[in-house]
Amino acid sequence: MTRRRWIWVAVLGAPLAAFTVWGLADNAKLFLTTALNGLTLAALYFLVASGFTLVFGLMRNVNLAHGSLYLLGAYVGYVVGDKTGSWLLAVAAGFASAALSGLILQVAVFRFMQGQDLRQTLVTIALSIMLADVLLWIFGGEIYTFDPPRVIYGRTPLPIVQVYPTYRLVLLAMSAAIGVLLWLFLNRTRVGMMIRAGVDDRGMLAAAGVNVQRVFAITFAIGAGLAGFAGVVGGTALSIAPGEDTRYQLASLVVVIVGGMGSVVGAAIGAVLIGVAEQFGLAYAPTYSVVFTFVIMALVLAFRPQGVLGRRG
Amino acid sequence: MSASQWRKAMNSGAGRTAWPRTAASTAPRMPAHGSARPAAAAGRATDRARWLRWLAARVRVRHVVVLAAALIYPLVATPFFTFQVGAQALTLGLIALSLTFLAGYGGMVSLAQMTVAGIAGYMYAIFATSGTDISLKWPWWFAVLLALVIATVCGTLIGWFSVRTEGIYTIMITLAIGVAFFYLVQQNYSLFNGFQGFQSVKSPVVFGRDVRDPVPFYYLALFWALAGYFGVQYLLRTPFGVALQGIRDNPRRMAALGFHVTAHRVAAYAVAGLIAAVGGVLFVWYNGLVSPGSVGTSWLINILVIAVLGGMRHPIGPFIGAVIFVLLQNFAVDLVDRERFNLLIGGVFLIIVLFSPDGILGWWAGGVARLRARSAQGRLGRRVGVERTVSPTQP
Repeated sequence: MTRRRWIWVAVLGAPLAAFTVWGLADNAKLFLTTALNGLTLAALYFLVASGFTLVFGLMRNVNLAHGSLYLLGAYVGYVVGDKTGSWLLAVAAGFASAALSGLILQVAVFRFMQGQDLRQTLVTIALSIMLADVLLWIFGGEIYTFDPPRVIYGRTPLPIVQVYPTYRLVLLAMSAAIGVLLWLFLNRTRVGMMIRAGVDDRGMLAAAGVNVQRVFAITFAIGAGLAGFAGVVGGTALSIAPGEDTRYQLASLVVVIVGGMGSVVGAAIGAVLIGVAEQFGLAYAPTYSVVFTFVIMALVLAFRPQGVLGRRG
Repeated sequence: MSASQWRKAMNSGAGRTAWPRTAASTAPRMPAHGSARPAAAAGRATDRARWLRWLAARVRVRHVVVLAAALIYPLVATPFFTFQVGAQALTLGLIALSLTFLAGYGGMVSLAQMTVAGIAGYMYAIFATSGTDISLKWPWWFAVLLALVIATVCGTLIGWFSVRTEGIYTIMITLAIGVAFFYLVQQNYSLFNGFQGFQSVKSPVVFGRDVRDPVPFYYLALFWALAGYFGVQYLLRTPFGVALQGIRDNPRRMAALGFHVTAHRVAAYAVAGLIAAVGGVLFVWYNGLVSPGSVGTSWLINILVIAVLGGMRHPIGPFIGAVIFVLLQNFAVDLVDRERFNLLIGGVFLIIVLFSPDGILGWWAGGVARLRARSAQGRLGRRVGVERTVSPTQP
């Protein structure tokens, strides 16, 4: 077992190490900037995918409207930010609106089709088509950008890279903080314990006297809220436009497939892998950057179909 | 299942289950086996009689009506209705049929069927003639052949990938593959011509007529739609089709019975890939172009919408779904705004999924069952009086 693992480390690690050495020697600035870009993208992917994986792990509901919730949060955040002039309020509004939509979805729709995985997924597809069209109707095809507070919107001097947008570093820190909070919530609180128990065995959790429906609703709200939060935060780093929903939907799908369904830590690993690979692909082999993402997914599927941290079953 | 077992099953089982020799028609022949060989002429006569009997038993009025309507349709309809509605519905129905075959009979919902069709379309555009320099300008029949082979191989590979996962995971993986292909063709300029794709793809000219003219194209699409429909119908009654349905219902039991579950699933993907590839070539002729937009997420999902709208219980479902889809697409302008087609189709899809998971066919079947139950109840009530039997399955 350990020997096989070493072989794998050698097979996968050697080319990567060689590439790193070459990249650093060839153009250290480009290499490190790309690495930082990859990490900030990974931070964004993690925010979106963690909610997706949480919902999937507990309810076995592939919420293909997750990307739409991202876009919804972003647009609502934009409107609130535009009206009040406060970026923090925009973030809060993005989270709240998406969380509320998620709550409504769970309570009004998915509760009535428990255990019908395929039907739930089809419903989320239908909803995502409609939501995308409604958002396009209201906001049109223009590209919107946010104005974050001046404190986090400058450039930060860094060694080798020289300057890097402060906001992206803040995004990285925020994402890490959210990850830690999520981990603490899942592992140190009573509700988190219930959610973890539900991921393992829903029936047993219900039999133990827990109101499973409430746990489901809370999880769905948190998962959806994270997507909305990511909408505003990501919309600030990049921009918001129609079509972003599909992009983040795909990203969270791939991240979760790679990381393992239902595992938040897996989502973090998957996000880093995919985000970094995508950015390096864009920087070093522009026309084929998607292929890298796909190759990672294919490798994981071929050798570990349940994902890096996924469990069979 | 090993190769020899497979062959044995094909030889012994295929004749019985796949060919329309029902138990009633084989039974009288049984004694003949013991006696000396009966005269060949008599055998031929009974053969024809059996064929007729089989036809009479299987072909219903509705089949004749639908087929006749489909054949006369272009003679009475305007070119717009023939081409934009009729031919497009048949083409989309054919692509959706591949999904119905996979999902309804194999239990694998693949969102990448439009990708397979798109690969066929792209390959045709690359090998045949189009307005772009990348096209190799090879003869159309060779391009079609290559397109079909490459797309079928790609469909099989996609299947080989996604059968590693089950149920709901399959949707995610095939969606990811489909969207990855979309981004690939959008970013790659050397082979797929990037965002532009291939414009003004030339459709073949046969006997001096462009295949893309409304009436010839309609009949071409009809031919392949019928071929796909009957092909799937036939395949479902072969040992392979029966085993596939067994795997859909209970893969573990089928594995325990000695069936190679993965091989059957991959084979199903190969068949679906071929159907989608034919549909894809037709679709590129229909559109006259292929671009990243034709393999984008919205089209991946549209194929699913078509299949689910019609219902996955029967191979006719995707064609019904395609007709509804195309009619909505063309007349959304009159119902709502032109731009709001997605809202309309999403709403219709939502209603179908919420209230009739088996699609229009589910409604049809439900209605027929209700009517039958009512008439049977009426007869029962008249005959037996007040007493009513309660079946054990009723709660």
